[in-house]
Amino acid sequence: MLELELDGKQLSVPEGSTVIEAAHQAGVYIPHFCYHKKLSIAANCRMCLVQVEKAPKPLPACATPVTNGMKVFTHSEMAVTAQKGVMEFLLINHPLDCPICDQGGECQLQDLAVGYGDGASRYEEDKRVVPNKDLGPLVSTDMTRCINCTRCVRFTQEIAGLMELGQAFRGDRAEIMSFVGKTVDSELSGNIIDLCPVGALTSKPFRFSARTWELARRKSVSPHDGLGSNLIVQVKHDRVMRVLPLENEQVNECWLSDKDRFSYEALNSAERLTKPMVKQDGQWQEVDWNVALDYTAHALRDVAKNHGAESIGALVSPHATLEEMALVAKLMRGLGSENIDFRLRQSDFSADGKRQGAPWLGMKIAEINTLDRVLVVGSFLRKDHPLLAQRLRQVAKKGTQVSVIHSADDDLLIKLFAKAVAAPSQLPAMLAQVLKAVADAKGANAGVDVTVSAEAKRIADSLVSGASAGVLLGNFVQHHPQAAVLNALAQQLAGLLGAKFGFLGEAANSVGGYVANAVPKGEGLNAARMLAEPRTAYLLLGTEPEFDCADGAAALAAMKQAKSVIVVSPFKSQAALDYADVLLPVSPFSETSGTFINTEGRVQSFYAVAKPQGEARPAWKVLRVLGNLLELDGFGYDSSEQVRDEVLGGKAEFVSGLDNGVDGVAVELPAVSGIERVADVPIHFADALARRAPSLQATADAAAPTARMNAATLARTGVVAGDMVNIGAGGTVSLVAQLDAGVPDNCVRIAAAHSATAGLGAMFANVTVERA
Amino acid sequence: MALLEAINPLLSAGWQQGGHEWRLENDAGWRLKDYEARGGYQSLRKIIETSMSPDDVIAEVKKSVLRGRGGAGFPTGLKWSFMPKAAPEKYIVCNTDEGEPGTFKDRDIQRYDPHVIIEGMIIAAYAVGAGRGYNYIHGEIYELYQRFEDALDEARAAGYLGQNILGSGFNFDLFAHHGWGAYICGEESALLESIEGKKGQPRFKPPFPANVGLYGKPTTINNTESFASIPFIFRIGGEGFLNLGKPNNGGTKLFSVSGHVNRPGNFEVPMGTPFAKLLEMAGGMRGGRKLKAVIPGGSSAPVLPGDIMMDCTLDYDSIAKAGSMLGSGAVIVMDETTCMVKALERLAWFYYEESCGQCTPCREGTGWLYKVIHRIEHGQGKPEDLALLDRLTVNIMGRTICALGDAASMPVQSFIKHFRSEFEYHIEHKKCLVPPDVQRTGSTFYTRKMGQA
Repeated sequence: MLELELDGKQLSVPEGSTVIEAAHQAGVYIPHFCYHKKLSIAANCRMCLVQVEKAPKPLPACATPVTNGMKVFTHSEMAVTAQKGVMEFLLINHPLDCPICDQGGECQLQDLAVGYGDGASRYEEDKRVVPNKDLGPLVSTDMTRCINCTRCVRFTQEIAGLMELGQAFRGDRAEIMSFVGKTVDSELSGNIIDLCPVGALTSKPFRFSARTWELARRKSVSPHDGLGSNLIVQVKHDRVMRVLPLENEQVNECWLSDKDRFSYEALNSAERLTKPMVKQDGQWQEVDWNVALDYTAHALRDVAKNHGAESIGALVSPHATLEEMALVAKLMRGLGSENIDFRLRQSDFSADGKRQGAPWLGMKIAEINTLDRVLVVGSFLRKDHPLLAQRLRQVAKKGTQVSVIHSADDDLLIKLFAKAVAAPSQLPAMLAQVLKAVADAKGANAGVDVTVSAEAKRIADSLVSGASAGVLLGNFVQHHPQAAVLNALAQQLAGLLGAKFGFLGEAANSVGGYVANAVPKGEGLNAARMLAEPRTAYLLLGTEPEFDCADGAAALAAMKQAKSVIVVSPFKSQAALDYADVLLPVSPFSETSGTFINTEGRVQSFYAVAKPQGEARPAWKVLRVLGNLLELDGFGYDSSEQVRDEVLGGKAEFVSGLDNGVDGVAVELPAVSGIERVADVPIHFADALARRAPSLQATADAAAPTARMNAATLARTGVVAGDMVNIGAGGTVSLVAQLDAGVPDNCVRIAAAHSATAGLGAMFANVTVERA
Repeated sequence: MALLEAINPLLSAGWQQGGHEWRLENDAGWRLKDYEARGGYQSLRKIIETSMSPDDVIAEVKKSVLRGRGGAGFPTGLKWSFMPKAAPEKYIVCNTDEGEPGTFKDRDIQRYDPHVIIEGMIIAAYAVGAGRGYNYIHGEIYELYQRFEDALDEARAAGYLGQNILGSGFNFDLFAHHGWGAYICGEESALLESIEGKKGQPRFKPPFPANVGLYGKPTTINNTESFASIPFIFRIGGEGFLNLGKPNNGGTKLFSVSGHVNRPGNFEVPMGTPFAKLLEMAGGMRGGRKLKAVIPGGSSAPVLPGDIMMDCTLDYDSIAKAGSMLGSGAVIVMDETTCMVKALERLAWFYYEESCGQCTPCREGTGWLYKVIHRIEHGQGKPEDLALLDRLTVNIMGRTICALGDAASMPVQSFIKHFRSEFEYHIEHKKCLVPPDVQRTGSTFYTRKMGQA
């Protein structure tokens, strides 16, 4: 520890602290623009100049290391004169038209100018004008306002992993810009809006729609990936206007993915379902709630009576709240059906009944930072888990060896130690090779008979050499037809290494679904069987099966043949209008209280941030009334908190009963056969909200799916990149062929969850490729 | 005896034959054989053959009191001794990004004697334990960059560079790297950024390059002339070098004399030589006119009135005492036909143009300075402008990442301090104190062009 005196206060700070960090610890504010605790030190704005005893010149607090016995004066005449001098320079070329600037009212420059600026400017020369830049559909620019602090530049390079912005030109002609003709396409790009201390980078969807002081700031939790980013949702007149990060170092730090940040647009979508609707004689009628609920109760009761309760199936979105999941499960069980599942994209359920607990991350999110060896298996990491990828990017920079086994070689913008890319069917074999190599190194028996490849050996060597390893299984593993085998192999591998292992939770409530018991027990049908063995009636909660299920085509067919499909959703879609007979408008996450249990088992409850739109109502209330109408026991809840507390058995920060272990899964390694599909779920098509956010749909990540093959596969199938190809599996779709050297040989990468590919069928399947 | 003794006749001959018309292909004596014939690489051989330890080499350089010839005048031996001994990977870098207006000495060393730089760098690398070196040559002298590459090929072929140099077991690789003409890349940390392939912008210090330099490794950066002085020091000994100059100001130094003199050019004189002597070597004032002002150390050094300058000797201490800096040894001589406002406007424009734009006071301040001075020069000055300029320079100086902000401010402060009446005249009368026709006669270029010669 180092001792220093700051503005007369005695302080003790850790070795390596800077003056600004010491000031922060002492609760002293030093004005600054370029400094940001998560970014490298640039010391370019010079606003944080302070006086240090014995130093002849003022020194930048952000870049000056504390030395023992140092005396710092942050508000002395020397310091304040220097700070005011810098402020004058910052303002000479700044437009000073705060009333028409979108940042007005939440601008660091504006705030600090009040304290450090002069009432009038001595600058009488012409001001500089900087042309605006097209950074894409999310970030708007007003580059004349830029003060060249380079926070955005450092963010893209250091946090997002790719230097998509830079400073070009010299002197006061310096401009922040992207590479010629490029936009900023990072899945984390929205954070540069928060980082920009002035109005140079602002939110394009939000631009000029409200002033910060008009907005109520309410806490919430992101409903997308398993991280559960903490949000501040800004609301005006019960309309969500903007979403910002709520800092939580244990979860999302101070960042948000673009999906977390901009999906709010869907909350105000024209596709919002705002009135209960019932289909009568093929015609949709808007009806009162009591009519719709009566209809629903009758329909469920009739089907149960005439076809047996087991002919009803409930498919629940993994993005639904814990309370909603629990009530659907209770409702179904009350009717006498065990057919309930939220694991919609899962295709291998053979581990059911063999699990030792609910699958989860296997560690706290923050513990990722303490791992020195990481193996990520089967994950489109950057797109599936943008902020977990960011965490791994940071630990990799600090020396952690990160290796990857996957069926795609996307650039993760992480410094990888090793990688092995294999066809989907060969993923278990590749993991088995690593297991074998680790077992050999440890003198243990892996119990698998495989030949260890050089890549697997390199990964194994890395894992064995570490003190604290982690094995993380991505969405691709969870969707994989040998998910149980992969789980068992990872378990064995982690056991040998003394490592942590777990799943990167796909959705906001991937853990919560298990906790809410929204999974079939006994003879109940899982999500796949409910579609393979079509039911007479379906209850859909917040899900669009044609996009959310492992086999979209089969899901759609099952819905179409059903006698009754009850859709409980915030949205209507043409598909639902076709197959449903009742639409019950419920609140999205922003209009209901509820709970998400994130991938580390953290219980994150939230309140509604806005009133429900139209006649939409929180789903837990709708389900409660439905339970009452069906005269089921135990539906006397007064609040969602009661539901939660009943499910969790009291208040808890983290849930218990999480365990990734499986018992008695036989490891069989399939042989290669035919051309395999590699299916990713594109980031902005993964759930109903993201699919309806226009700005997200305009990003590069939302580009139409193509049939991506490597050069050898293209040649073998006689296809040239750019050709239209017919891809055949369960159904046939036509797509443009694209060269992608990262796709394993004899594989075609075709995104799932998209209307252009839903007709193709299962995410994991052999396909045929023909020139159209 | 002098550092560039062997080529001094060439230096002066070059200028006598018409300066810029002198063509590269007419140069003689830069090849390895010529250099060796002049006793080149003997210092390196001596160090290796007498098994001098790196510490002995540094001690000898310290003894010579060679001070950095790039401008800052930091003792070279002391700088070398900052390099951490244990570091496995270290670099040595030569700064030939000679961009300071008025300075053209390093260019001539590159041109006439590239091997003296190579030899100096090898000795330096040996002293600090660097395995790899770069010579960063500014882009405007691309032909000399190519010549340096040729010289490197010769040195490699002769075994002066590469593995096991002269059987010593010492390995050193040296490479040339050319910039694209940004003044800021002459700032050592910006130069390192530029070699690394990044935008040339100074780094915040500390850490200093001796700890975190090129590619994050300990690095010693010296000016071309400093390296070129090293072989000479080992020829005549550190003591002998020191004695050529005066205490605390060892050796001889090249001075680039430009401006209103009869024979502008590079002149090598012992430190402590009176300025009057240098002026005489440069052929005296053009047209016998009166000396008005001198910028003694490159455009960043404060200007001194002629009478003060005539009392100075050319060494770090004397010029510092007079209120300026010896700097890079670029002596810009101005006679009575010079409009000091116009001269300052030109200098201010240079710093405005060359500010890298990284940190606020310099990025915004250099432009403001230029715009105000430009206004004064163009008859739109206001009485309060001089106080404003003074405040601006105070707000820039000492508040920036590198010294460019100071460099831009010092001319403004010193021009106004010593020639305030000219600025006031300009503001009051909306025109120059020195009439335009007089200004024109100050330039032979102009007189020739206007047919008045």
